[in-house]
Amino acid sequence: MKVKVLMGNTAVAEAIRLANVEVVSAYPITPQTIIVERIADMVERGELKARYIRVESEHSALAVVYGASASGARVFTATSSHGLLYMYEMLWWVANSRLPVVMAVVTRAIGPPWNIHTDHQDALTVRDAGWIIGFASSVEEAFDMTLQAYRIGEDRRVLLPVMVALDGFTLSHTSEPVRVPGELEVRDWLPPREPLPFKLEPGSYFSVGNLGPDEVTMELRWYIWRAVERAKHVIREVTVDYAKRFDRSTHGLIEPFKTEDAKYLVILAGAWSGDAMEAVEMMRDEGYPVGVVRLRYLRPFPAEELRDLVSGVRAVLVVDRAVSMGHTGVIGGDLIAATQGKVMVKNVIAGLGGVDVGPEDFQAMIKGFIEEYESGAIDSWVYSEWYMPWVRGV
Amino acid sequence: MGFVYEPRDLEREATEDLKGFIEKLLSKPAPGSAGFTGTWRLYKPSIDAERCIKCGICWLYCPDDVITWSPRELPVVDYTYCKGCGICSNVCPVRAITMMLEGE
Repeated sequence: MKVKVLMGNTAVAEAIRLANVEVVSAYPITPQTIIVERIADMVERGELKARYIRVESEHSALAVVYGASASGARVFTATSSHGLLYMYEMLWWVANSRLPVVMAVVTRAIGPPWNIHTDHQDALTVRDAGWIIGFASSVEEAFDMTLQAYRIGEDRRVLLPVMVALDGFTLSHTSEPVRVPGELEVRDWLPPREPLPFKLEPGSYFSVGNLGPDEVTMELRWYIWRAVERAKHVIREVTVDYAKRFDRSTHGLIEPFKTEDAKYLVILAGAWSGDAMEAVEMMRDEGYPVGVVRLRYLRPFPAEELRDLVSGVRAVLVVDRAVSMGHTGVIGGDLIAATQGKVMVKNVIAGLGGVDVGPEDFQAMIKGFIEEYESGAIDSWVYSEWYMPWVRGV
Repeated sequence: MGFVYEPRDLEREATEDLKGFIEKLLSKPAPGSAGFTGTWRLYKPSIDAERCIKCGICWLYCPDDVITWSPRELPVVDYTYCKGCGICSNVCPVRAITMMLEGE
């Protein structure tokens, strides 16, 4: 295992090379990232024996890998913010057709105004389509999650598309050391894709997703529902196996940090989890009994793990980088549903549009939350707040 | 656990599901796989046997393959599946196909 210094973009491309992906399709212009440029270099140099298909839009990029996946190929595409929204229709077709497509989503804000910096609104907008959605918090994890995505999505117990989200710039354009396993080791861990019981190819006499009775629409969604539930087990199994094989410390649907004796928990996902952990580390020295739960996967939602972790704590602070207007932050709403009112929840919406949120901001948020709780100022089960210290009165 | 679906035997369940969803997802060509589509029809194509020159153009253009024809034979419409789109009537070079309002 070599240690290489890679940007998030390059790390994902490196994972694609090691996964022996057969078909890559991408729209090459903004908001695209360097991920697909690096892959194009690899194909050009013959390091990756894949068909690389350039298309005129993200909608077509996903349509191309959709068809390639139905013919049995291992596929990849990548996009970001508005590009992901342009794919919206195809995202549902891929999921409803049960095709194990892997896609990297470099999370970025949606305009207006034009903004290329990170928040999680783009990836979470497609939350309900039937994709498995993972959020990396380091460059190495973006690499790991991309490799794991193939084992999870292609597993016959799952057969679903997988999205690997990595924060724009914070991960995509930041260099970090990555422990990269050798080609043979990866090939041993990730064998070629298992064929589906059907294969769409010239001469095949069937179609996928034709007109059907209403009941079939509902039944196909029900089958996805069951598969996503099974994916919880498959994710735990695959990530533990990967962690053992490649000497990693994180696995499963969540990463708990100093939760054992915590009385307060901070729950969040993505790259800024590291800042929250740093804040908590400093607050621990000051005697605050606080821990962090980082969500590695948002779909399937780690409801069982979270129910266990919140039992026995006084209150939970969910920090969201995406919001569901008229309700709560996206993860906030999900957590409230999963914990069914068993714990007091405060939901803070912060860092939209890439607004910088550092350890000192997390300290301010967490200390404010604990003070409010201990002074009895929180008088309802659930409430949301926007963290905008540069605006007076918010 | 209320609304959360708790799977038991993953392998067995996955095998059943795979068979189930593939059967629902894939369509194979078969007569009337979308039901008796003739009930959708408002106008019914009626072929005038005396005018018809048996050229087969209606058979060629029918998008639902509900016209039977062989050279020098009169074409026959299968009204169980004909949706009454009127393309045959439009392409007929001798205007031998009239669209009649159903029920008249």
